Amino acid sequence: MAEGKRTWDKEDDLPVYFGRPGTTDQVPRQKYGGMFCNVEGAFESKTIDFDALSVGKRSSRSSKSGSKRDISQEGRRDSEQGSIGTETGSGGLDEGDPGIQIKTAAGKEILQNLDEVESDRLLIKGGRIVNDDQSFYADIYIEDGLIKQLGDNLIVPGGVKTIEANGKMVIPGGIDIHTHLQMPYRGTTTVDDFFQGSKAALAGGTTMIVDHVIPEPGASLTEAFERWREWADEKTCCDYSLHVDITHWSDSTKQEVETLIKEKGVNSFLVYMAYKDLYQMTNSELYEIFTFLGELGAVVQVHAENGEIIAQEQVRMLEMGITGPEGHVLSRPEELEAEAVFRAITIASQTNCPLYVSKVMSKSAADIISQARKKGNVVFGEPITASLGTDGTHYWSKNWAKAAAFVTSPPLSPDPTTPDYLNSLLASGDLNVSGSAHCTFSTAQKAIGKDDFTQIPEGVNGIEERMAVIWDKAVVTGKMDENMFVAVTSTNAAKILNLYPRKGKIAVGSDSDLVIWDSDAVRTVSAKTHHSATEYNVFEGMELRGAPLVVICQGKIVLEDGTLHTTQGSGRFIACTPFPDYAYKRIKARKQMAVLRAVPRGMYDGPVSEFTPMSRGGTPAASARTSPTKQAPPIRNLHHSGFSLAGNPAHRGVPSEETPIRPAGRRIVIPPGGRSNITSLS
Amino acid sequence: MSMSGYQGKKSIPHITSDRLLIKGGRIINDDQSFYADIYLEDGLIKQIGENLIVPGAVKTIDANGRMVLPGGIDVNTYLQKPYHGTTTVDDFYQGTMAALAGGTTMIIDHVVPEPGGSLLAAFEMWHEAADKKSCCDYSLHVDITQWHEGVKEELEILVQDKGITSFQVYMAYKDVFQMTDSQLYEAFTFLKGLGAVVQVHAENGDLIAQEQNKILGMGITGPEGHALSRPEELESEAVFRAIMIGNRINCPVYITKVMSKSAADTIAQARKKGAVAFGEPLTASLGTDGTHYWSKNWSKAAAFVTSPPLSPDPTTPDHLNTLLACGDLQVTGSAHCAYSTSQKAIGKDNFTLIPEGTNGIEERMSIVWDKAVAVGKMDENQFVAVTSTNAAKIFNLYPRKGRIAVGSDADIVIWDPDKIKTMSAKMQNSALEYNIFEGMECHGAPLVVVSQGKIVFEDGKLHVLQGMGCFIPRKPFPEYVYQRIKTRNKRMEMLGVSRGMYDGPVYDVPATPKYITPSPSAKSSPAKNQPPPIRNLHQSNFSLSGAASRQLEGCNNTSKHYKHTTIIGTQVDDNIPRRSGHRIVNPPGGRSNITSLG
Repeated sequence: MAEGKRTWDKEDDLPVYFGRPGTTDQVPRQKYGGMFCNVEGAFESKTIDFDALSVGKRSSRSSKSGSKRDISQEGRRDSEQGSIGTETGSGGLDEGDPGIQIKTAAGKEILQNLDEVESDRLLIKGGRIVNDDQSFYADIYIEDGLIKQLGDNLIVPGGVKTIEANGKMVIPGGIDIHTHLQMPYRGTTTVDDFFQGSKAALAGGTTMIVDHVIPEPGASLTEAFERWREWADEKTCCDYSLHVDITHWSDSTKQEVETLIKEKGVNSFLVYMAYKDLYQMTNSELYEIFTFLGELGAVVQVHAENGEIIAQEQVRMLEMGITGPEGHVLSRPEELEAEAVFRAITIASQTNCPLYVSKVMSKSAADIISQARKKGNVVFGEPITASLGTDGTHYWSKNWAKAAAFVTSPPLSPDPTTPDYLNSLLASGDLNVSGSAHCTFSTAQKAIGKDDFTQIPEGVNGIEERMAVIWDKAVVTGKMDENMFVAVTSTNAAKILNLYPRKGKIAVGSDSDLVIWDSDAVRTVSAKTHHSATEYNVFEGMELRGAPLVVICQGKIVLEDGTLHTTQGSGRFIACTPFPDYAYKRIKARKQMAVLRAVPRGMYDGPVSEFTPMSRGGTPAASARTSPTKQAPPIRNLHHSGFSLAGNPAHRGVPSEETPIRPAGRRIVIPPGGRSNITSLS
Repeated sequence: MSMSGYQGKKSIPHITSDRLLIKGGRIINDDQSFYADIYLEDGLIKQIGENLIVPGAVKTIDANGRMVLPGGIDVNTYLQKPYHGTTTVDDFYQGTMAALAGGTTMIIDHVVPEPGGSLLAAFEMWHEAADKKSCCDYSLHVDITQWHEGVKEELEILVQDKGITSFQVYMAYKDVFQMTDSQLYEAFTFLKGLGAVVQVHAENGDLIAQEQNKILGMGITGPEGHALSRPEELESEAVFRAIMIGNRINCPVYITKVMSKSAADTIAQARKKGAVAFGEPLTASLGTDGTHYWSKNWSKAAAFVTSPPLSPDPTTPDHLNTLLACGDLQVTGSAHCAYSTSQKAIGKDNFTLIPEGTNGIEERMSIVWDKAVAVGKMDENQFVAVTSTNAAKIFNLYPRKGRIAVGSDADIVIWDPDKIKTMSAKMQNSALEYNIFEGMECHGAPLVVVSQGKIVFEDGKLHVLQGMGCFIPRKPFPEYVYQRIKTRNKRMEMLGVSRGMYDGPVYDVPATPKYITPSPSAKSSPAKNQPPPIRNLHQSNFSLSGAASRQLEGCNNTSKHYKHTTIIGTQVDDNIPRRSGHRIVNPPGGRSNITSLG
């Protein structure tokens, strides 16, 4: 538990704080508002075991003078002192910063983890662990790629490499829930393959990616999935999982989807409301898909844009002679995005299915999501690095290549206040996760559309910048606290993917995907230094505060001192299981509540007027619909009896008579998916 | 209230008496109220003021300080509508009688052509039927039940020669009337060009069809299935979409039949963002709610079946009245479409077959008065606005209709705010055997109704002649709707960015792409997509991009550099020369924030 100020203060404050007499009690983390704000003092003396362990011991860690004082405690065979450990430090990032030190035991091991058996053990000392719910000081012991112990004065075997975190933040590795690495495109692929892309991810503090499988329309989903698995298994150097895009809908697709969910470890599927005549689904198809996926417990992702109107607008723009990248944003105004989001939410609410809106790019789309959440809809929004970090004014750049670099769909909003706004909603919990939609085409590839913006391949970079952009735009500005930062960059994604707490949390038993985060480092984003293979960067020149110092993936140090140590193909496929609690708990409860009942009433036995089934004057009634097969239970044919439950309809329905008959409790049947007002569910 | 005629013709139909003096009334227009006498002659208001000099032998109505309002305009009726070989029980005679009895002196009826049928032919049919029977002035909307090229020609004729300037499109009734988003886009574009008012029946038909299947599959066949299969979210979704499409094209959108809170809120929000959108709640949605769908009495429940359905949320009428009072909703209609119980019973085993429609033509004014004015939500001027003036403005009838002014039509109502009218099927002028407002007691009712300069309703009695109503042709481009649109049109020219040709390397796309991509490559490239200044410069050494980069001061790129150096440099640098004036082109339909239009 740290003081809230901690985030902002220099590390120099540490000794003062720790040296304070009589402050062995935990001090609650100070929060700055927001829905997840803890009551001050709520954790006082009642938090987890770590606290008990840490009482009075805190000063033994994290002190500036390093680990010299604690070496002999409790008979630990701590070999730090005098070891020939490599002092990696902070590498000139910040003078006067204690930085971190990585020490190897007795010089036996080599930093680069060549000795697999030995290097699997890792101790991170004196870090401030930041989870999405709380922050606290503890040491972390890692073995076999898992977090084995957490607490103070851990008893660890010898020969352990130790990282002295010196009070720096240790956060769960980021999860980039949306990437398009090595995406095939017209016979070529994006320039970042799974190796290049996942390297960039690790360099930015992201230790897991979730890539999109895009089958050709009409092709088999499973085959496409297997192909992607093959590519990724060969090359990724961080753990990964896959979303599958449903690019067409048929009965065979249904079966494949079921197989993917039940056998292949896929629990999320993307459907498109845009790309007319290609990927776009009709409302009816969306309804069917949502219903189907809702039953199987998958998360439905939507690419929300109104494809029909886009097609019309594109033709109009081209007719007006607008062929440059500005046509892209002019033909896809944010209203189209908001409309599609609204429609998707409506369908999801009708089908009682959780909805995940991928790529929230505009204020109005984000507003629709937050309104829907306030009305009780189960909907999640994913802004991407680009929408959080930059805006769409660049589409009007005189430099074609630059303008084209920003082309993605939905487009970045030309409203320059958008990034700020989206960061605020991310901080308040109205938007939940962040992705990058990293999909990089070289300028030569983008130039396919040099004479026609509709041909420009779509995608921006962002896999490496994601964490830093959010830290800089949201945490540094005071919109968001560090715990929320962990939630939106990692924990929430893990929850939606049903990987929590394996991923997204620093806890005993979790995967040892950790990042030691330097909140003060300032880096300038540039295509010269980034790890992606593209020759541009949409954040070019941006100075971002906050960067990973050390990244540990699968228990191994993959980034330290600004250097990556990765092995191609070391990433594992992580299977996701359906029915993530985070999305489905409420859905399940609502399913039980939302039982539709017919009104038991007698048969209507009044006169029925003649009508011609093939009507000449078209009528608004949906006459094409067929009769139902099932009859309501209490129906008797009363035509032949003189007795009528309905009363004679010729009596012109006197309301006062029947009001008492109709029990109030039965009057309003709850529609599926709940009313717009959540309180009416009860 | 006393009535005195020089020749003692009291209570006799005054069909021939063209001169009328209304004395001592308080005239209520939408902008102000004042005391004045009104002199009517030849169906027009000739003089307004005090101590008018009028010819002799004038019939005088002494209003005794009561309110004198412009006659109501019911913007949405379906009289004599054919359905499965029969018609609604209220024909133009019966229906307009009911209208007059309620204080409405003009109706605008919907022409519903068969899908695929001729709009013109349908219009002529309705026109003829109404001319024969209607006893108040009327105009017509034409519903576009199918969108194809041929319709365009007919629409032009209707607008230019026939005086029809409002058309309804459907987003519901899948496989019957429903249009796709693309068709809506085209229809909106075309109608905007004609200066017509686009009316939208806003419900998501695709989802309704799915829901209907589901509900029927669950064994729910009664009228409650109607409401369950058409939840209000589907209405608000369609409203949102319609307004979005309208904004894209910079086309005004008029939402007919606003039945739910969420749909009304969507309209209100869109208006706050600058959209030119209008909303029309109905007598039914203002006066009652959808809890009755769960009535044990089938015929009662079926009587409420209309689309979009009445909301089961009992707070809906209050909310809609509030929005009407504050101007977020503008006009009121009745969507009077009266099917007898035996006609409704066509759907006794399947709610999807129940013919849709409720009554409300006669009750409209009284319900708005009772629910909004009598409770203090709305003042009398706004009452006039929402029952008459706004409708006249939207449909380009103002100031001929919707106002008491010299030169306006002599459609006048003397209104008694204290009179209590009890709604009942027994008392109503409609031919229906039920009334969905049965038993409701409403404050406010017309005492005297003057239509076309003639007293048609007094002492609770109607004096009408079949066919005395006239068709009122209308002109396109109503100011109230199109003034803003025209200004925005001018401001919203879109400019491309003039930049040099890209002359870097271009990835060669194979002729038959192996992988299809998210880019809308399947779209055939349009015929006219070449911007004027494009020449193929690949073959020449001369490059416009050199010129372009020359504009990028401080940036050393020549066209050759451009190929080989990274683009990074230009990204950093070209912020400088990009003039902010060119940077953001206003998209059509305006930004979400209206202030950015300026």
